[in-house]
Amino acid sequence: MAQASQYWKARLIRYLFMAAAATSILIVVLVFLFLGRESVPFIAKHGLGAIFGGQWQPVSFENEQFGMLPLITGSILVTLLATVLAVPFGIVAAIYIAEMASAAEREIWKPVIELLAGIPSVVLGFFGLVVVAPLVKEVFGLTSGLNAFTGAVLLALMAIPTIITISEDAIRNVPQSYKEASFSLGASKLQTIWKVTVPAALSGIVAAVMLGVGRVVGETMAVMMVTGNAAVITFSPTESVRTMTATVAAEMGEVPFGSDHYHALFVIGVVLLLMTFGLNMVAQRVLRKYRIG
Amino acid sequence: MSMRPRNLGERMVYFAMMGITYAILLVVVYIIADVVIGGIGTISWEFLTGSPRKSGEEGGIWPVIVGTFYLVIGTLAVALPLGMSGAIYLSEYARQGRMTRLIRLAIVTLAGIPSVVLGLFGLGLFVIFLGFGASILSGSLTLACMILPTIIVASEESLRSIPQSFREGSLALGATKWETIRRNVLPYAIPGMLTGSILGVGRAAGETAPILLTVAAFFLPSLPTSIYDQCMALPYHLYILATQLPDMTKARPMQYGTALVLISVVLGFNIAAIVIRSYFRRKYRW
Repeated sequence: MAQASQYWKARLIRYLFMAAAATSILIVVLVFLFLGRESVPFIAKHGLGAIFGGQWQPVSFENEQFGMLPLITGSILVTLLATVLAVPFGIVAAIYIAEMASAAEREIWKPVIELLAGIPSVVLGFFGLVVVAPLVKEVFGLTSGLNAFTGAVLLALMAIPTIITISEDAIRNVPQSYKEASFSLGASKLQTIWKVTVPAALSGIVAAVMLGVGRVVGETMAVMMVTGNAAVITFSPTESVRTMTATVAAEMGEVPFGSDHYHALFVIGVVLLLMTFGLNMVAQRVLRKYRIG
Repeated sequence: MSMRPRNLGERMVYFAMMGITYAILLVVVYIIADVVIGGIGTISWEFLTGSPRKSGEEGGIWPVIVGTFYLVIGTLAVALPLGMSGAIYLSEYARQGRMTRLIRLAIVTLAGIPSVVLGLFGLGLFVIFLGFGASILSGSLTLACMILPTIIVASEESLRSIPQSFREGSLALGATKWETIRRNVLPYAIPGMLTGSILGVGRAAGETAPILLTVAAFFLPSLPTSIYDQCMALPYHLYILATQLPDMTKARPMQYGTALVLISVVLGFNIAAIVIRSYFRRKYRW
C-alpha cells in the first residue's frame, strides 16, 4: 500500500514539472491563436490583398487605407541597413575576441557585451534622439536627423551582442586540429583565421547574423523614437520611415476596440510573428545541422 | 597560442581588427557615460521621492519607480516558479522524445517573438479576453511570458552543471528521485538558477513595448493599490518624456534623470547577477 502511494506520488511530481515545462508550448499556441483570432475580421472584410496596398492612412474621415506595404518596406529598409552596419563589426569583434585577444582581454569583453545587450531599447532610443540624430543631421546636411539611417545605427548596436556571442561560440568550436594543420603547412595566424577558422565556422556565423536580424526586425522602441515615422515607400536611408513594430506600438493606444484599424494592427502583428518565426527556425536549423564535431 | 603577425601588412590587418572591436567598447562607454553625466545632476531626494508635475517636466518619479517595482515583483512571482519547474523537468525528468523536442521548440520560438507582438498577445488574451483590463496583473503576465525562456534556459544549464555523482549517491542510499532533487541537486543549483533569472528580470524592467499595450499609464494621481490597477513604469515614462511633450528640450533634465535611474535599475540587476555568480562559483567547487 505504502509503495503504491509512493509510486503515485512520484508520478504526480513528474507530471507537475512536465506541466510547468509544457506551459511554453501553451503560450506559443495561444500567441498564434489570439493574434490570428484578432486579425481574422480584417482579412475577412478587406481580403489578404489589402496587406500589399501602398497607403497606410488608418485615420481619415473619408477613406481609411490599410495598405501595409510602406510599413513592410520601412521595416525591411531599416533592417537591411542595420545588418550592413552590424555584420562587419559583429563578426570582426567575434574573431578578435575568440582568436586574437589575450585571456585578460576576454575577461573584460564578456561583461561589456552583456552591458550593451542590457541597455534598455528605450534608453538607446533616447540616446539616439539626443545624440545620434543631431549628428546624422549635421554629417549628411539634412533638415532632420530622424530617418532610417539613425534607426539603423541604433538597431545595429542591438544586433551586435547577439552576433558576437553566437559567432564567437561557433569560431571557438572549430577543432584545434584544423588550425594546427594550417599552421604546420606554414600559414600565418591571420591566414589561418581567414582561410580555415572562419570558413569552418561560417554556418554558425550565418546563424548568428540571422538571429541578430530577427532581433532587429522585432525591435520597437528605439526605432519608433528616431525613424520619424512617416509611412511612405522609400529606399533612401536619409528619409523618414515607419516600421511595422513602431506602427503597432504607436497606434494601438488610440484605436477604438474592435475597429478595422484595431484588427489591422493585429494583422501587422501576425506578419511580424511569421517573419521572426521563419528567421528563427531557419537559424536554429543551420546551427544544429552544421555543428562541427 | 600566440603567434606574432609576420609582416607589416599582417600587422596592419591585426590592428584594424583590434580597432574595429574596440570601437564597440568606446560606443558602449560613451552611451553609458552620456546618460550618467546627463542624469547625475537631476538625481536628488526630491526627484526620487516626489511626484511628477507639469506633465513630467518638473517634480519627481516616485510613482514611476514604485510601478516598475510592482511589475518586477509580479513578473517574478509568475515566471520564477514556472521557469524553474520547467527547467527541473527538462534537466531531471525529460527523456529524448517528441514531447521534449516540442517543449524545446516552443522555448526557442517564444524567445524569438518580438516584444511588441507579445504585447499584442497580452492585450488580446489578458486585457480583453480574460477581462483583467490594463492592469499590473496583465502587464506582469505578459512580461512573464517574455522572460520565461531566459529563466528556463539559465536554470537548466545550472542544473546540468551539478555532477551526476551527487544524484547517484543519493539514489544509491534509497532516496526517491524527488528527494534526490530536493536535497542533493537543488541546493547547489539554486544560485545559478537565480542568476539567470535576475538577468531576465533586468530585461523585464527595461522593456517598454509589452507594457505599453497592457498596463502603463503616463500619469496616475495615486499609487496603485491592487493588481487590477494601472501603474506607471520607468521605460514608458522615459518614452513619453522624450517624445510626447510639447517642449521636449525643457524636460531634458527629467529625461536624463529617468534614463539614469532606469539604466541603474537594469544594469544593477545585471551586476548583482554577475556578483552572485562569481561568489557561488568560488564557494562550491567540484
